[in-house]
Amino acid sequence: MKRLKIAIAGKPNSGKSSLFNQLTGLNQKIGNFPGVTVDKKTGVCELDAQTMAEVIDLPGIYSLYPRSLDEKIVTEIFSDKRNTFYPHKVVLVADSTNLQSSLLLLTQLIDLRLPVVLVLNMVDLAAKSGQNIDVKKLEQMLDLPVALINARNGQGLQELKQLLTKPVSVSSRCVYEIDPEISQPVEKTKSHFNLESNYEAYQYLQQVDNLGFLSEPEKNIIKEIASQFEFFPGKYQGAETILRYKFIQDVLSKVVVKNADSDWKKLSHRIDKVLTHKVWGYAIFFSILFLIFQSIFAWAQRPMDMIDALFANLSNTLNGIFPEGPFFDLITQGIIPGTGGIIIFVPQIAILFAFIAILEESGYMARVVFLMDKIMRKFGLSGKSVVPLISGWACAIPAIMATRTIENWKDRLITIFVTPLMSCSARLPVFAILVALIIPEGTWLGFFNLQGLALMGLYLLGFIAAILSAIVMKWIVKANEKSFLIMELPTYRMPKWSNVGYTIVEKTKTFVFEAGKVILAISIVLWWLASYGPSNSMSGVDAQVNREISEGKITEAERENQTMAYKLEHSYAGIIGKSIEPIISPLGYDWKIGIALITSFAAREVFVGTIATIYSVGNTEDQTTIKSRLKAEKNPETGGPRFTFATGLSLLIFYTFAMQCMSTLAIVKRETNGWKWPMLQLTYMTVLAYTSALLVYQVLS
Amino acid sequence: MRANGRSVAQMVPGETAVISGFISSDLSNRLLEMGFLPGSVVKFNFSAPLGDPICVSIAGYDITIRMDEAAMIAILN
Repeated sequence: MKRLKIAIAGKPNSGKSSLFNQLTGLNQKIGNFPGVTVDKKTGVCELDAQTMAEVIDLPGIYSLYPRSLDEKIVTEIFSDKRNTFYPHKVVLVADSTNLQSSLLLLTQLIDLRLPVVLVLNMVDLAAKSGQNIDVKKLEQMLDLPVALINARNGQGLQELKQLLTKPVSVSSRCVYEIDPEISQPVEKTKSHFNLESNYEAYQYLQQVDNLGFLSEPEKNIIKEIASQFEFFPGKYQGAETILRYKFIQDVLSKVVVKNADSDWKKLSHRIDKVLTHKVWGYAIFFSILFLIFQSIFAWAQRPMDMIDALFANLSNTLNGIFPEGPFFDLITQGIIPGTGGIIIFVPQIAILFAFIAILEESGYMARVVFLMDKIMRKFGLSGKSVVPLISGWACAIPAIMATRTIENWKDRLITIFVTPLMSCSARLPVFAILVALIIPEGTWLGFFNLQGLALMGLYLLGFIAAILSAIVMKWIVKANEKSFLIMELPTYRMPKWSNVGYTIVEKTKTFVFEAGKVILAISIVLWWLASYGPSNSMSGVDAQVNREISEGKITEAERENQTMAYKLEHSYAGIIGKSIEPIISPLGYDWKIGIALITSFAAREVFVGTIATIYSVGNTEDQTTIKSRLKAEKNPETGGPRFTFATGLSLLIFYTFAMQCMSTLAIVKRETNGWKWPMLQLTYMTVLAYTSALLVYQVLS
Repeated sequence: MRANGRSVAQMVPGETAVISGFISSDLSNRLLEMGFLPGSVVKFNFSAPLGDPICVSIAGYDITIRMDEAAMIAILN
């Protein structure tokens, strides 16, 4: 059986991904290109009984001159014959309703002497618009095969598959003739690197620093050639683009038998009148946000509880089956809860990305950017930061994954940096118990619930911190590129539901496998810290509990809870908790809270569980039990309650600002491709949390 | 380019004009690639509620650009 490598290329919104999904179905693999965090979508497709194709869906680009990391990958693959992804055949997907800008990339691929099949997608819409194309003539003029498809319903797909099994020869056309002025450096580069086409050599000279596959000595040779012949990269780019469009316009004027009338866009323009209206536009946008926010809270709760219960049961059941021993403890108390801690986020991620996919597919997302861009720019963000920021109220992980759409690196970095300050749903259990502890029940003005107001205040505080941090970042972060917005506003369409489904699967997989690795590793470390301690102090725990029972201090029924509390106290986590007491006591915390800070470093919601263990409450499900236990806790120094208003508020402020979520760190590391930014973010948020909590406690007490 | 000429940023909703060139070359390659070619017709559709960015049509499709970018696209009077 033959195996072919086929690359799908084209501009954004051309229906590339729909075609990819149609060709590969569920045989998709999502990974990373080696060394960079650009999503690599590959899949397998059986073209006929004899031919299998390995299909790769490349990021959408307008031309070979890249604007972002995603786009650079495409340029590198097409200019490097040794690249593992260098295709046997390229499928260039063009939007039939917008041929001119779809074909720019095609002319560049022709000049790179790649075998290309041109696929005219959205033929249904083109027909609706009244456009008529002479396909035979188009094939002749471009000297390459042309296929017509409708990637949404699969029309024309069989014909395309057949076409791909046959050999595709390289088009004999040369669209952009190298300017005679630069023929010498081009020739020299071409012969030195043994290249096939002039355009390839020209690309080497044009964007030597964008081509990562060239070694430093090779780059130096190219730069030497450039300076020897006074070749200035970029000088000819504008002229090249104009020439290419001249060629395209010439071809189109001959093959388009009947031009599209713009009537078919009337409906889209009418929808725009409402959705970008100065009142309705914002009202509808905020209603949609509200709906998303509500759904993430309401719909995700049930599956999350089920996942929680499932992993707890699994742990308990296995605990009963397994013999005792550190290895089995690792499985039941480290690995299983750690895995559960990853899976529990899946419902929220799936729901959020379902909404994002629908908004993107329908074309509405581009309008959100359009509506919000000016407001967001004031804070060093862009219109494309809105959705990630708002999503941060649900969970920072999918929110940070959603920043992919922001092309400008500085805008994207600031968005990633400030998103974890938006109060996510994992802060809610911590907030709930502490607010209930320090804010009295009752109403203000006989209408507003006081505890509810306090909770809202905390959310607002996080939001203000995010915005202010963005403004600060705007001044600190240096950008090599100017922020800009040049984006197509696609015609409104019904979302294609299978594409929405693929997006959900893809994003969830990415999270579980990429962030999951780090989360699991840190979970195991934290489990070990909380379960083990210096052997002499740990072994004394049972004896101490026995003594206390015989002295009548505690009852037999409390034995297990008391043992767990002492074990935690004498564990390494307990030792760390005690040793940081001098640092946290100015914030109003004791070593018990210190232990909770350490264990909840991985995930802030663990705070509640740890507090329950250390105060030997046992049952962590029942909030009232924990609450009354915490209320009764005395501060040995003052004799008053341990959790005063000052301590409680200081803790609330701390958890509002502190990172305390390794899943977020893991995903930031993945998205920024290194530890620099997650570490800076961790430091910044911890310092912010510490100083704010310090200030609150010192002022109040 | 002439500094006193009009740019896309000065157009009014519904107006069409012919592009004459680019005032600054910073983003001109990108704008060219998107189809803002000298000699082609650009139509100003509408602006966002706060006046920025704007939506224009070129070669039969709709693009949103900021006023900063629109100011770089010179049009024939």
